[in-house]
Amino acid sequence: MKVTFPHMGHLWICLKAMLEYLGVDTVVPPPSTRRTLDLGSKHAPEFACMPLKLNLGNFMEASEMGADTILMAGGCGPCRFGYYAQVEYEILKDLGYNYRLVVMEPPEKRISELLSRIRQITGNRSWLEVIRGIKFGYRKARAVDELEMSAMRLRPREIIPGQTDAALSAALDEIAGAGRPEDLPEAVERAEEIMRGVAWENRPAIRVGLVGEIYTLLEPFANLDIERKLGRLGVEADRSIYLSEWVNDHLFMGLVRGIRSSRLYKKSAAPYLRHFVGGHGQETLGGAVYYKNLGYDGVIQVLPFTCMPEIVAQSILPGFSRETGTPVMTLIVDEQSGDAGLVTRLEAFVDLLAEKRRGKERLA
Amino acid sequence: MPVKIGIPRSLLYYKYFPLWKTFFEGLGAEVEVSGPTTKAVVQEGVKLCVDEACLPVKVAFGHVASLKEKVDYIFIPRLVSVSPREYICPKFLGFPDMVRNSVHGLPGIIDTNINLYRREGDLYGQFLEAASPICRNPLKVAAALRSAVGELKRFNGRVESGMLPENAFRVQEEKFPFQAENRGTVALVGHPYNIYDNYINMNLIGRLDEARVRVVTADNVPEPVVNMYAGTLSKRLFWTLGRRMVGAAYHFLDNPRIDGIIHVASFACGPDSMTGDLIERRARRAGNKPFLNLTLDEHTGEAGVVTRIEAFLDMIDMKMGVDAGVGDWGLELGVGTQNTELRTQNSELRI
Repeated sequence: MKVTFPHMGHLWICLKAMLEYLGVDTVVPPPSTRRTLDLGSKHAPEFACMPLKLNLGNFMEASEMGADTILMAGGCGPCRFGYYAQVEYEILKDLGYNYRLVVMEPPEKRISELLSRIRQITGNRSWLEVIRGIKFGYRKARAVDELEMSAMRLRPREIIPGQTDAALSAALDEIAGAGRPEDLPEAVERAEEIMRGVAWENRPAIRVGLVGEIYTLLEPFANLDIERKLGRLGVEADRSIYLSEWVNDHLFMGLVRGIRSSRLYKKSAAPYLRHFVGGHGQETLGGAVYYKNLGYDGVIQVLPFTCMPEIVAQSILPGFSRETGTPVMTLIVDEQSGDAGLVTRLEAFVDLLAEKRRGKERLA
Repeated sequence: MPVKIGIPRSLLYYKYFPLWKTFFEGLGAEVEVSGPTTKAVVQEGVKLCVDEACLPVKVAFGHVASLKEKVDYIFIPRLVSVSPREYICPKFLGFPDMVRNSVHGLPGIIDTNINLYRREGDLYGQFLEAASPICRNPLKVAAALRSAVGELKRFNGRVESGMLPENAFRVQEEKFPFQAENRGTVALVGHPYNIYDNYINMNLIGRLDEARVRVVTADNVPEPVVNMYAGTLSKRLFWTLGRRMVGAAYHFLDNPRIDGIIHVASFACGPDSMTGDLIERRARRAGNKPFLNLTLDEHTGEAGVVTRIEAFLDMIDMKMGVDAGVGDWGLELGVGTQNTELRTQNSELRI
């Protein structure tokens, strides 16, 4: 059994750690590229959202590397992600791929439901080992997220352009390279050391909050590397969803204390969107309010074309923008997205934010 | 003066109108339905709604706008779930908020949550809330709801017996509205608000009727049959309308009396992208019936639809000729009765 899974940002680092700790043979698909997306778009339904197309491409490329089992997450709607695995499986079947499919449906009541599904993959490992494996994966996720956060603070302030990104990729390698839980603390230490090596100066930066659909927020290939592009424009970005927070909210049912939770967003979304709409629609609005309250200069919503919950949020965000005076930009991505168009739009948006801030300072 | 409640002729109007109408009239209110969809309604909706929304949602915006000056309240419930452990599309969950943030000068809005996700969902409590602007008498509300639910059941019975919703709203009993003499039977699979709105689908049902084709829809298939076929999926579908569409389509594929299937989807529809694929894939694997996939949006051109329907009907004629073994087509093409190739033809061009 060679297990593969779809890419979503740096998810592979923690999934690989968890599976390999449990002795599962793992195939990490090659990073998503144009080829991945082309493969996926060719065989996926036309109006399926971009993550499905990339998933499909990932599985096809992983199969070239010998993977024979797919590990996928499930869901119970109304976002169509809950049915991804089944549709992808049917497509692969018709294309002649011989995959076995294991779907991790989210626990409805008890965390034990998730554990029993994990055991389908891990076989006869003891519960304790399985829990240790999950914990190992989670700690890696948290470490990766903290590195990303520090990269987002550093980028607009770095002295040598590009140094942050070089450091981030070296630091991520350290985390990914830690093979055993006991190696992780040292790896984290080394990774932090690498990040501390970035030369920076204290300059004021425009602050932008990224909100929207989780996959397109976490996967740099899907969002055209928006965090880096913003960083290069001198913007300090933050995003409303990090992998470790999502895992804690949705898989651990909030077991880990002391980190940001989506419950916060649900509360702050109330004046604009009073009901959950599936996916991260409500969190998108809540995130926008959250960033406005933190004094951010603007908000960018990222979503895949045809994403239903985000379309609901998108049609409500202009009202939020009008009422609060917070500039909001919407970025919709799919297989037709182009890099140059995004750069132009981001430059215009950042100019607008800078001008607005200057206006405020003149008044003050 | 009785309170006037406006109901947009859009979205789940085609499934629940008798329930809503009987309920509000039972409370002593007057019910006003927006007119049929027209070009003006679509244009108004397109103007008010975000570009990315699907055509039916834009059309619904147009209907809401057309009612806003005529009524005291517009009834746009937040339809979270109409069946245990199932949802509708996320856009239905956010629809009242979308309307509130995009349409100005609205009268009162009744946007009660209708949520039967949990089996013990309190339908009465939800309708009590919906009734609150008009009537706060619980006994009256209970009576109105009881007769409304009865009316809905009778309506569903009429639809299952083969009537189209718009006919079933008006008439109590009628013979099958289509000519009996026909060129075959075609199943229309799609969201009710796409297949029954004659403007947005370019009068698809009327055209098929004119071509002497009998039309059946997913709503004509009884729930137990739908569930039996939907049960063959590897995972339960969590969209009520999607489950109905997939279950009915699988039944149609299996049913020898159905000669072809037309799948009607809106451009960029989320659930359709998944359920449409599940249906089309199985249709292709079975390979025994012509299958047409029509995608609708506000730019759809009439000529394109007409051409594609004609081509589809030609395939039906061919197939019936081949099946009968003596048809002109069979002889003309020299394919005889054994040929299965013709049966697998699949029209997949999009308009």
